[in-house]
Amino acid sequence: MRKDKVPQDDEKILEDKFKVVKYAVNQQGEYEKVPSVGWEPENVALKQVWDEINQDIEDACQKVNEGKLSPIAYFMKKNLMDEKLLAAHAGINRWFVKWHMRPGKFRKLRRKTLERYADVFKITVDDLWHMQEQET
Amino acid sequence: MARGAKRLNIKVKTQKFRNPHKAMKALDRVIEKGTPVGMLTSVFYLPYLPSALRFHFNAHNIIVYGKENGHYLVSDPVMDHTTTISYDDLLRARFAKGYPSPSGRMYYPVELPKDLDLRKPIVKGMKWTANNIVRVPVPIFGIRGMRYVAKRIRQWPDKLGERKAILYLGNLIRMQEEIGTGGAGFRFIFAAFLQEAAQELQQEWLEDASKEMTGIGDQWRELAFAAGRICKNRAADGENFESIANMMKQQADLEQAFFTKLQNIQLR
Repeated sequence: MRKDKVPQDDEKILEDKFKVVKYAVNQQGEYEKVPSVGWEPENVALKQVWDEINQDIEDACQKVNEGKLSPIAYFMKKNLMDEKLLAAHAGINRWFVKWHMRPGKFRKLRRKTLERYADVFKITVDDLWHMQEQET
Repeated sequence: MARGAKRLNIKVKTQKFRNPHKAMKALDRVIEKGTPVGMLTSVFYLPYLPSALRFHFNAHNIIVYGKENGHYLVSDPVMDHTTTISYDDLLRARFAKGYPSPSGRMYYPVELPKDLDLRKPIVKGMKWTANNIVRVPVPIFGIRGMRYVAKRIRQWPDKLGERKAILYLGNLIRMQEEIGTGGAGFRFIFAAFLQEAAQELQQEWLEDASKEMTGIGDQWRELAFAAGRICKNRAADGENFESIANMMKQQADLEQAFFTKLQNIQLR
């Protein structure tokens, strides 16, 4: 890749926090590190997954509101986790985690258990109860 | 990493921990002496990265080289400048669960050799890389891996349906461009390495090899570009999963030729 061909397709993926380092050739044919703000195909691919993930989160949110799932399911999706990963982080057996996804079971959980989940999601138990989101 | 250090005759200490706070204390002790420490982290728990890039990927290597006002100074290979991270965040990132679990793994040099001869390790490293790509007999690695993926890509639209096939293709782009630092799945970084090696070993043909590698890298980017167009439903004429698969196959052929040549490198 030539240095002047390093793509700069900015779609605020990096939130202006930094630039990604690419290796490219300058006019003398020597390699250099060139900062880049993004590249079209990468942006497309990224947007695609995030659309998919957000759809998933929305679905979970709706199911919680309909009383089909507990808020744990929503926050799990929100943290891009699956049951296995959540179980590992919370230190709770996977089968129990699955169980706690049921609204009825969720309501009967002890505070200690709720705290474990809340810790994983970096929220308070109250937030978990009322499914409020927090700015991170 | 361990292999590279051994070839360079550097003694590296690797540690992993069960207790997170002990792990952080051990880290403090080492950076106090001014030694930079490499460690494994999960991308998801690194707040200095933009949220769009934060997935649960547990094998992200970063270097911590100091501490200021309770914050750690970090050099992250994807970023063009250094940054900082708080104690709690770093602890979380180092002890993320899942596969592969970092368990606070960290590594740092303890002893450096007095006179560093790069020539032998360069040759060894090249041979190792070339072998890995051309000669590993398992069909999911190296060029055989590429051919395998090419075959699978052809089947995607029928097997998974339009929507999923496109998602898979998007994933392919991400694996190639984002994960491989420097672009084109490490190809450009490797070409840069070849260029430096040409100087170090005084072997002209490596310059050409570097150029060839750059060409291969460019082709990889073409592939990602075409794939991106398909994802956006803006494919040019004749661009479909079939043509992506063909491109991938061509890449495999190019790289086979290239790395077979590289295998024969000798110290002069």
